Amino acid sequence: MLTDNTSQPLLDAANVTKSFGAVHALTNASLRVGVGEIVALMGANGAGKSTFVKILTGALHPDGGEVIIKGKAAHVGSPAEARASGLVPVYQEPSLVPDLSVFDNLRLTDTPVEAFIDFVEKLGIENLSLNAMISALPLATLRILDLARALASKPDVLLLDEMTAALPTDLVERVLSVVREAADAGCGVVYISHRFAEISAICDTATVLRDGKTVGELKIEPGVEDRVVELMLGAKIDLGQREVGKESRIRTVTPRLSVNGITAAPKLKDVSFDLYPGEVLGVVALEGQGQDELFEVLAGFEKPSDGSIEVDGEPVTFSHPADAIAKGLTLVPGDRADALMAERSVRENIALPFSASIRNWGPLRQRHEKSRVAHAIERLQIDTRAQGEVQRLSGGNQQKVTIGRWLAKGVETLLLFDPTRGIDVRTKRQIYPLVRELAEQGAAVLFYTSELEEVPLACDRAVVIFNGHVVDVIDASKADEQTLMRAAYGLSKTESAA
Amino acid sequence: MSMVSEERNPVQLGRYLRDNPVVPLIALLFFLIAVLEFMKPGMIIPLRGGRDGLVSIFWVGNLIKFAIPLAMLAACQVLTMLTAGIDLSAGVVATVSAFVCATLSPLIGIQLAMLIALGAGGMVGLVNGVGSGVVRVHPLIMTLGTGLIATGCLQVYQRFVISTGTEIPQMLVWLGTGRTLGLPNGLFLFVPFALVILWIMRFSGFGRLLFALGSNENAASLSGVRSWQVLVALYTLSGLIAALAGLLYLGMIRAPSLSLANPLLLPSVAAAVIGGTSIFGGRGSFAGAIVGALILRVIDTMLTLLQMPQGARILIFGLIILTVTGIYERIIRQG
Repeated sequence: MLTDNTSQPLLDAANVTKSFGAVHALTNASLRVGVGEIVALMGANGAGKSTFVKILTGALHPDGGEVIIKGKAAHVGSPAEARASGLVPVYQEPSLVPDLSVFDNLRLTDTPVEAFIDFVEKLGIENLSLNAMISALPLATLRILDLARALASKPDVLLLDEMTAALPTDLVERVLSVVREAADAGCGVVYISHRFAEISAICDTATVLRDGKTVGELKIEPGVEDRVVELMLGAKIDLGQREVGKESRIRTVTPRLSVNGITAAPKLKDVSFDLYPGEVLGVVALEGQGQDELFEVLAGFEKPSDGSIEVDGEPVTFSHPADAIAKGLTLVPGDRADALMAERSVRENIALPFSASIRNWGPLRQRHEKSRVAHAIERLQIDTRAQGEVQRLSGGNQQKVTIGRWLAKGVETLLLFDPTRGIDVRTKRQIYPLVRELAEQGAAVLFYTSELEEVPLACDRAVVIFNGHVVDVIDASKADEQTLMRAAYGLSKTESAA
Repeated sequence: MSMVSEERNPVQLGRYLRDNPVVPLIALLFFLIAVLEFMKPGMIIPLRGGRDGLVSIFWVGNLIKFAIPLAMLAACQVLTMLTAGIDLSAGVVATVSAFVCATLSPLIGIQLAMLIALGAGGMVGLVNGVGSGVVRVHPLIMTLGTGLIATGCLQVYQRFVISTGTEIPQMLVWLGTGRTLGLPNGLFLFVPFALVILWIMRFSGFGRLLFALGSNENAASLSGVRSWQVLVALYTLSGLIAALAGLLYLGMIRAPSLSLANPLLLPSVAAAVIGGTSIFGGRGSFAGAIVGALILRVIDTMLTLLQMPQGARILIFGLIILTVTGIYERIIRQG
């Protein structure tokens, strides 16, 4: 069922703009959803999708543009107002109060109970007790309850944000058919998902965002995937060239790090790969495919529920990051705020691992520390004009400090989680050669990035993780973005390079 | 830091004051002393009262003498607050240590009694450390709880030793009440003590970790710091310091009781806060806390001079603490 052009769209967001300081998250985003229409909202990481969703649902105010719901300009000021105006979102994370019963949760939002029960049964959950505490119910059930609650409130527009992620297959099918039914009954649906299979199963059109702009509205038909991938990629900023002659040569028999069948809740399932000294192994994954869990396990923050890790051929278990560091596995996390002591100096931040173990609680080895820190600062070209407090440094320099910490300590296996997120192009261009250089000197680097064009610049091979599984291993130095993007969306296998 | 020259800029000034809270605090201390002299001419500058001497060494000595145990307990607060914790058992631990030492001395000898007193403090601290570091009970609750338990144990203990009488070690009396060149002998203990604390905070790996845990525990953990180890060591150290302060206080007051040092607890927190230590962790200065303790003593003298009723004294005391910290927080936020 396609948009009936004669009637007015249920949701019409036009020319929406939003900036955070100097960052223009949205420059011209538009989205139209007609009566009975299901529109897929798509975009690569950083395209502005989450900002757009927050504006549609009222969590953020747009700087410019309008969101019109059922012909009325929605001056959406809060999620509650967005709900009242007829747009009801369902997110990946359940939004039910855990310490209340199902019934009490329904009362909180004035949801009609009978309609709710109808939908719950349609969605395939049987024998649900309204007196059950939310905290006692399994996650998959909660997602269904969220959806049922949204449907029961008879929304004009339903916004589903990655709501099928980690649902069992049979439930996904039920969800899709119920959503389709709701649309056929006249509801408009915005459907956000990384899964092309689901999108082609139920969506009518796809709206593609890139760099904060709506760059295309496509009809869903066979073969549309390639067109969508193309639109999502677009022209990119020049991030520089990979240095020639810096391919990985070292391939010892024993991998530095060997991951065998690691499973970790909630998203990582049975992942295996080897990482050799002298190699940069890319991790290609869309947001939330299990890469967060993978890095947490490898850095010693989480214990895997299944599988084993070997370092230099010896099995290891980590119960604290200190254990991982002792085996040479050091993490640069995705969020700099997690890694830095904002009010302390550059030197203290870089030198922090030196004091970590009880043996080093005594006098600081000032001279040793000073020279190591100075060396790291020089190698990374950290701008030290504001070194008294790292929070006064630019984002790029802050990121260099988190990397510098491990350079000063000595790098064996470096786990980089999206190290270039939110930093300037100049710094990015400094980071790729650095990563290559570290590998050349014998380090093993695991490099997750949300920007696919970085993979051929920095990596030798790349493992592709989709929906918690390794779906492909790609020769990264030759991979183009299209291949990577298709692989990241789980679309097709390329020739394995492993 | 080279920011002294840029003081005119309010942002720079705020930052400078945050990095060096001691400077304005000393200014405040002298201002308060000047007010005191104004209220009672000749008290601090005897010449004005027709006596000899530019500055009354006796008065200054007294000020320092009573500020020392307060500053020692404030060290417990500064160190624990660096990690966003607090030690509310410090007052009780000091009392326990003093009482145990005074009652055991006639039975087993002075040295052993003092050792056991310090050991008791260390034990309470160890329990605090395990509770807050391993079990992850909030330090506020943990130390409040152990403080109450220690008070209860002390009352039971008292029934067993009620007939033995007490003895106050001569050495402690000398430290607590004696003077050398007009200055209190307590400085013989306090100066080395303060130097050790300042050294720990600035020049030791352990001190670094205290700041690290309070600044960003996740960053510390990521860097391989096992925070429970740091917290266990920290609270044990805090217990030992409180016990040491209790021994000194025993020599000063010379009358052990079941609540000897308890009234020093909240002033010790106040001294740390006035001295620029943030209860949210990551920022603190022991030098500031020492000046804070002196300021509190001056304010106390002032209120005594005014012959205020107890209620009004406490009230004004609270207001002053809130005002000083309020101003302080304001300066920091600007920075």
